[in-house]
Amino acid sequence: MFLLFSCPRLFTRALCAVLPGMLSLGAASAPAAPRGKPAPAPLCFVTDVMPQLDRAGCATAACHGSTSGKGGLKLSLFGADPKADFDALTRDGGGRRINRVEPEKSLLLQKISGALPHDKTAAVLPAKSPAYTTLARWIAQHTVYAQANAPQFVALDVTPTEHRLRPGESATLQVFAKFSDGARRDVTRLAHFQSNDHAVAAISPEGRVTAARLGECALVITYLRQSAVVRVVVPQPAPAPFPASDAAGRIDELVYARLKLLGLAPSGVCHDEEFLRRVYLDLTGLLPPVAAARTFLADANPQKRAQLIERLLASDEYADFWALKWGDLLRIKSEYPVRVWPKGVVTYHRWVRDSIAANKPYDQFVRELLTASGSDFRDGPANYFRAHPTKDPLSFAETTSLIFMGVRLECSRCHGHPTERWTLADNLGMAAFFSKVAFKGTGEWKEEIVYVEPKGVVRHPRTKEIVAPKFLGGDTVPVGKEEDARPRFAEWLTAPDNPWFARNAANRVWFWLLGRGLTQEPDDQRPTNPPSHQELLDFLAQELVSHRYDLKHLYRLILNSRTYQRSSVPQPFNRADATHFSHYRVKRLTAEQLLDAIGQVTETTEKYSSKIPEPFTFWPSTTRATQLEDGNAECSFLELFGRPPRDTPYEEERDSEASLRQALYFINSDHLENKVANGQRVKRLLAPPARSDAEIVDEIVLAALARFPTPAEKEKFTAYLAKNKASRPAAVRDLMWAVLNTKEFLFNH
Amino acid sequence: MIDLNSPHFHRNCEGFGRRDFLRVGGLAALGFTLADWFALQARAAGQPAKAPARSVIQLWMGGGPPHLDTFDPKPGAGVDYCGPLNRAIDTNVAGMRIGELLPLLAKQADKFSIIRSMTHGNNSHETAAYIMQTGTMPGDLVYPAQGAVVALKRAEVGAVASSLPPYITLTNPLGRFSECGFLGNNFRTFAPGGDPNAKEYRVQGLVPPRGMTDERIQERRSLVQAVDGLARQVEKQAALGEMDEFQEKAYGLLLGDAKKAFDLSAETEATRNRYGRTQFGQSCLLARRLVEHGVPFITVNSGGWDTHKNHFDAMKRLLPPLDQGFSALLEDLHQRGLLGSTIVTWGGEFGRTPKVAIDAPWFGGRHHFGAVFSSVVAGGGFKGGTVLGASDFRGENVAQRPVYPWDLAASIYTLLGIDPKGQLPHPRGCVAFVSPLASGTVPTGGLLKEIMA
Repeated sequence: MFLLFSCPRLFTRALCAVLPGMLSLGAASAPAAPRGKPAPAPLCFVTDVMPQLDRAGCATAACHGSTSGKGGLKLSLFGADPKADFDALTRDGGGRRINRVEPEKSLLLQKISGALPHDKTAAVLPAKSPAYTTLARWIAQHTVYAQANAPQFVALDVTPTEHRLRPGESATLQVFAKFSDGARRDVTRLAHFQSNDHAVAAISPEGRVTAARLGECALVITYLRQSAVVRVVVPQPAPAPFPASDAAGRIDELVYARLKLLGLAPSGVCHDEEFLRRVYLDLTGLLPPVAAARTFLADANPQKRAQLIERLLASDEYADFWALKWGDLLRIKSEYPVRVWPKGVVTYHRWVRDSIAANKPYDQFVRELLTASGSDFRDGPANYFRAHPTKDPLSFAETTSLIFMGVRLECSRCHGHPTERWTLADNLGMAAFFSKVAFKGTGEWKEEIVYVEPKGVVRHPRTKEIVAPKFLGGDTVPVGKEEDARPRFAEWLTAPDNPWFARNAANRVWFWLLGRGLTQEPDDQRPTNPPSHQELLDFLAQELVSHRYDLKHLYRLILNSRTYQRSSVPQPFNRADATHFSHYRVKRLTAEQLLDAIGQVTETTEKYSSKIPEPFTFWPSTTRATQLEDGNAECSFLELFGRPPRDTPYEEERDSEASLRQALYFINSDHLENKVANGQRVKRLLAPPARSDAEIVDEIVLAALARFPTPAEKEKFTAYLAKNKASRPAAVRDLMWAVLNTKEFLFNH
Repeated sequence: MIDLNSPHFHRNCEGFGRRDFLRVGGLAALGFTLADWFALQARAAGQPAKAPARSVIQLWMGGGPPHLDTFDPKPGAGVDYCGPLNRAIDTNVAGMRIGELLPLLAKQADKFSIIRSMTHGNNSHETAAYIMQTGTMPGDLVYPAQGAVVALKRAEVGAVASSLPPYITLTNPLGRFSECGFLGNNFRTFAPGGDPNAKEYRVQGLVPPRGMTDERIQERRSLVQAVDGLARQVEKQAALGEMDEFQEKAYGLLLGDAKKAFDLSAETEATRNRYGRTQFGQSCLLARRLVEHGVPFITVNSGGWDTHKNHFDAMKRLLPPLDQGFSALLEDLHQRGLLGSTIVTWGGEFGRTPKVAIDAPWFGGRHHFGAVFSSVVAGGGFKGGTVLGASDFRGENVAQRPVYPWDLAASIYTLLGIDPKGQLPHPRGCVAFVSPLASGTVPTGGLLKEIMA
């Protein structure tokens, strides 16, 4: 696709004299002009004009890059289609934008310089500015597109690739374009710069990076649809001596190495109480039951944490909870917009849950999904294809690459990806693997059979040519005319050397357990979004591959690490850290965890029903929120607390941010009030035989927070009970209500 | 987080996605500060245009109300089409006739206009409700309902006049699709639940349970502080700080005045009776109170309109409360001088089949019908006393001037001063227009200029 970015021999002295500072040469590599005939090669559109337009922001969505263009001129978004842009500027409208005889009178130049009215928000290139002069010369030289046989632009080269700066310090980047003939051209003035964390370091349009505060961030440099990444490390003054590593394994060593580089001393290991609640919530979505908490806390065995991890990994609740997570990604939901229908929901969910319970190797799990056929009401994995609003090969490809590779292809459906090289051709090549997936109805209402239609093809929307299957970033695959290409795709995807598959899985598991991906967002793997810990991600991916895609092995590795078991209390030396796992990152309980936790503390159940389709479906009263198969199950609590709608497979659909209505719910709602008042726990605590105030306080705190109350808390609570002897039931309810309103309850910490 | 001064903030199409957008949520009332998006929008928009409408009351007939028995009667079509309701009645506007079970609305016809040529052609509840609520066709992106868009756009220009949520549904959410779409949870409608016609009506979350005094609320709060050690130890983690702010505001609301908007006991018996002592009637009254308190978008959710069976019995049950509540709302808004600034809309996801299903198991039923149906608009810049478009002789096809859901939605936006060609924050930084009219990807009959003052 970058064939178009060819470049003529443009490094001539004449040109440099005209544009001082605009085009500096790699001195050694500049081709010499033929002797005796100093005919300067003309400027060309692709290499000289496009970067100027790009940099001025002409081809953005807000301007001429929008789907319908602006002011009659339409350019391809981010210049993904140079030929079309060239035609738009030089030929459309009868070529009225260009005046080759009097370049300065070209509509293009008059608009861009502001001589003629132009949108107020648009950038202006003043007449005689270097950029303006480039455009004028290009027009005067008869608007050459590109020259045949010219060296091609192959890659960006930015030096240096890592900066260590102190807060307030600056450095300047130098950006070179490398050409196929070995030439290097300084394009610093033409490149785009972006920092992925302005709080750590900002970068000016000229490529000057300034560190703001400690941390680490990546700078993305883009030029002519190629990108490069530069890391910036801003260490803080470390405590001396820096604490020795307490690593319990490779994970900790790799995390410690980055912490040391940044001067971030890690927090200590968390208490048993914190670990207990944390690991229960993370593995089963539930709070530790009171009896289990008492036993664990009293256990003196030094191996008790590892033993607990094993016990929970083998539990039914583990399978329930992780089936819920996968249900989000796979969009297990009966109605709009994916329409799996209730029977398909149950069949699909059961298959997912059984696979997790049996610890089916992850690669096998994915292969079975991607190659599934059959009735969506009988064959669980067949629903993988049903659970798409549009059920077409492009969306199968986009969903598959998002879920299993963490690659976001959907941009390229309409326009070139803003920072990556993916275009529609890549998207179509992936879609072609799914071209033979077809659906047919049966006699049963809403049942569909997923089958292989030998005649199915994917056609290019513009040329109408049949598209051959092509691996992302790889080769076209020769397949039989009537062959179902899905098995080949599944084989390529799950191969040990696939660059995305294992990394994506490892990153998601890390994100689920630690609250932040090594690559963040957790489903956005691309070179321009580098992971915070590349080596760690590689290590986890290797572990997954070498253990035959055993996800439980990954869980074990992470959960037994010191990194997972760090205290959530920040220390003076790591307070500012939010990305390097120096202390445990608190996570608000997810909607389902929170509702189940309230149910556990109060000893109440919840009624779930679904209106889809009529007649309504009701779940048994013992069902927990984390066991719900159907994303359409009605529950205003779950909606309020950000259950993902399962409309799309993006992780960001789950919303665990706070809101005012959530606060109102906890402070003042009948729902919570009734659960506290009518739940079995309060009733039991008040029933004979009479319990002491201390016993009541112990049990309430233990049930909600998985710890015994501190002496101060105990004193305050027992005093409250003593003061309200006359209305003891109300006082006990107040205590339970208060504990449920603490952040310690609301957060996994 | 986003450097608006950088010439490169556009690099990700528009520069930032929903996550960035929500991250600033904790800063101001109801989480609608979203400073960056708004600063950007305000800069792009300049001064908001002068617009007649400030609020919308959307009367939503979930399930699909019949057009023939309400605002598009076809007495000439015969008993196979009209069933027992075969009479059209005159209104206070000459030549404008409506169904016989709406006599009170007939006296207010000068205040509303009927659109008899609504069409989208979809006959499934979920999809049609999505189309009507969002004013867009289904695509890869799940769009927010109009109420959520209005909430966002009001906040963008800093016009949040009330401490109440900006998008309220009375009293239960529509349920059939997610009303906030890609805007996320902060723009989900606030649906207080319950029945405003009930004796003991109080709004969940805003009004404390009976017997809960302000003192006890404060006492409970101090208990929480006694046990919340984590908050002190981990105070620096951002998620906790955000929650603090909301808790603070929640106590402010709970112990403050905002809840009075929901207090129907402040109304006279005569007023309450005029609206009708039904859930629908009292919800209409509540909607008027909310408009007075500056809430920009209120949906009154009236269910039960999916009348496949015994349709005409259902009409005799459903239409009189509708007639009473809707007519009272128009009259009351007019008398209080609020109709000029308040748009009232009536309609559902589609109409119902003109031809009656006589046989078992339907026994006189009407099924889903998206080919042509009616909506009603009033106030806020919409003219009254006119009819826009027409269906054919039997109400089966559009005969004149098709009106698509996005034509109606964009007209409402326009009257509110919201540019239908403006943008919404796309979850992944791409472009999402307020209305599909901006991208020209849908058929259109144009804005409803004929009935916009």
